[in-house]
Amino acid sequence: MNKVKKRGLEKAYQKSGWSFISIAVVMVLVFNIYPIVNSLMLSTMTGKGVVMRFNGLGNIKRLFVDTVFQTALKNTFTFFIIQVPIMILLSLIIASMLNEPKTKFKSLFRTAIFLPCVTSLVAYSVLFRSMFSFDGIINKFLLSIHIIADPIPWLLDPFWAKVTIILAITWRWTGYNMIFYLAGLQNIDPSIYEAARIDGASKFKQFTKITVPMLKPVILFTTIMSTIGTLQLFDEVVNLTGGGPGNSTLTLSQYIYNLSFVFTPNYGYAATISYVIVFIVAVLAIIQFKIGGSKDE
Amino acid sequence: MNKISSVIKYIFLSLISFISIFPFVWMIIGATNTSTEITKGRISPGSELINNFTKLLEMVDLPLVLWNSAKVAILTTLLSLLIASMAGYGFELYRHKTREKIYNFMLLTMMVPFAALMIPLFRIFAKANMLDSHWAVIVPSIASIFVIFFFRQNTKSFPVELVQAARVDGLNEFQIFFYIYMPTMKSTYAAASIIVFMGAWNNFLWPLIILQSQGKKTITLVISSLSSAYFPDFGVIMVAIIIATLPTVLMFFIMQKRFVEGMIGSIK
Repeated sequence: MNKVKKRGLEKAYQKSGWSFISIAVVMVLVFNIYPIVNSLMLSTMTGKGVVMRFNGLGNIKRLFVDTVFQTALKNTFTFFIIQVPIMILLSLIIASMLNEPKTKFKSLFRTAIFLPCVTSLVAYSVLFRSMFSFDGIINKFLLSIHIIADPIPWLLDPFWAKVTIILAITWRWTGYNMIFYLAGLQNIDPSIYEAARIDGASKFKQFTKITVPMLKPVILFTTIMSTIGTLQLFDEVVNLTGGGPGNSTLTLSQYIYNLSFVFTPNYGYAATISYVIVFIVAVLAIIQFKIGGSKDE
Repeated sequence: MNKISSVIKYIFLSLISFISIFPFVWMIIGATNTSTEITKGRISPGSELINNFTKLLEMVDLPLVLWNSAKVAILTTLLSLLIASMAGYGFELYRHKTREKIYNFMLLTMMVPFAALMIPLFRIFAKANMLDSHWAVIVPSIASIFVIFFFRQNTKSFPVELVQAARVDGLNEFQIFFYIYMPTMKSTYAAASIIVFMGAWNNFLWPLIILQSQGKKTITLVISSLSSAYFPDFGVIMVAIIIATLPTVLMFFIMQKRFVEGMIGSIK
């Protein structure tokens, strides 16, 4: 009797389990899973607007001759390769400084460095655009302290435009990553550092031998998040450089947007490029898991 | 030796803090100067604030724009919190092999960038004749996988005994969710609401695709379009940026602890 009742209850609970998740699952199905699958199908088609025909691997062949795509790919990769390591290292250094028990004004520093995270990507990009103009405040400052002899053409030169984008993203996200590391560092027993100090380990040694290994899972998480973020860079380039000068800061996301909503739409080809990003993210995530996830190191 | 490294540390931290805060100062000073003065790097406050503000009011219907932003952000937050928290609760409390598989698959799709979703999404809403509607902006972000994940992680610390006790008291499963779980998890809801609100308020790409008529645009879109003018008026834009940033900055200072908890809560 009791057993039967229990099994009945178990069944009822399972039913509630389904009803609690049902709305969310249906919505994820419609607005996430279906688009992912549909994009993959679209990537085999070509055509203008709604008139599309099957194109097989034609879109992929086109990638190899499309120089705009190749530029966008190169730019996106440049941002990723340079920006993510700089930012991760910088936020690790800041976090470990703020974690030292003797550091004063901790919460003041933490609040200040975190503050950029509350701005919208559009707002800060436009702000940076006004600061990095040719006669702007940044050049004025650098000239006044004699770091440079001539103003830097931040937004007018292909190289410097990339630098500006990298500086801007680093400004916006360093504090965000720092917060994760500070949380991770709280789980490290301070006596480990104490012991290392007594053994005569330098600050640098403590950083590379204690902080980094202990934070490995958090570093892995933030690196993957930053990788995904950087590979779909859009708001910043649109509002800071507009992808220019030339196509020197054009990113894959912006190119997809242009192909779908600015030029005569070619949804099929745009979908193919979006799958290039998916592919790169997957490969990089696997690599990062392989490096970061191994326990024996 | 130790003294020197300590001095370097403080110089470094002060420098980083200064760089972090400077653009905020720049934004406030800029709002009081003319566009030319801003692009020429004038660092002292001027007397153009009222003038810039009046010009902004002439150029855009500011109350309408703010209403649009608030409508999208608040509706997204309320709906997302309700539906995602129910899902997070359901996944965590009623364990089931199939649901576990669904959950893990959903987490995997979080890696797919939005660029790969936007074209099919656009076509869905075009077919449904919902282009240029605020609902088309809101609906896709309601069942955010990240927020579901966030609630499930936090539900792990929710005492199951409360559920069992409530069952003995005769509450049904939904009553337990609404009367026991929700009030107990207030701080999780607060943290999640900050994340979702910020995301919706600051969202750019998707509203840019969906919202086409002037009367539907959000503040983020307005800032972008003001700055993409042939001769952008940076004085006016600075005022608009201050207005757009104020709600999130205030949220941050009022609920700083929740704010940070909300961000890191996801990796517990």
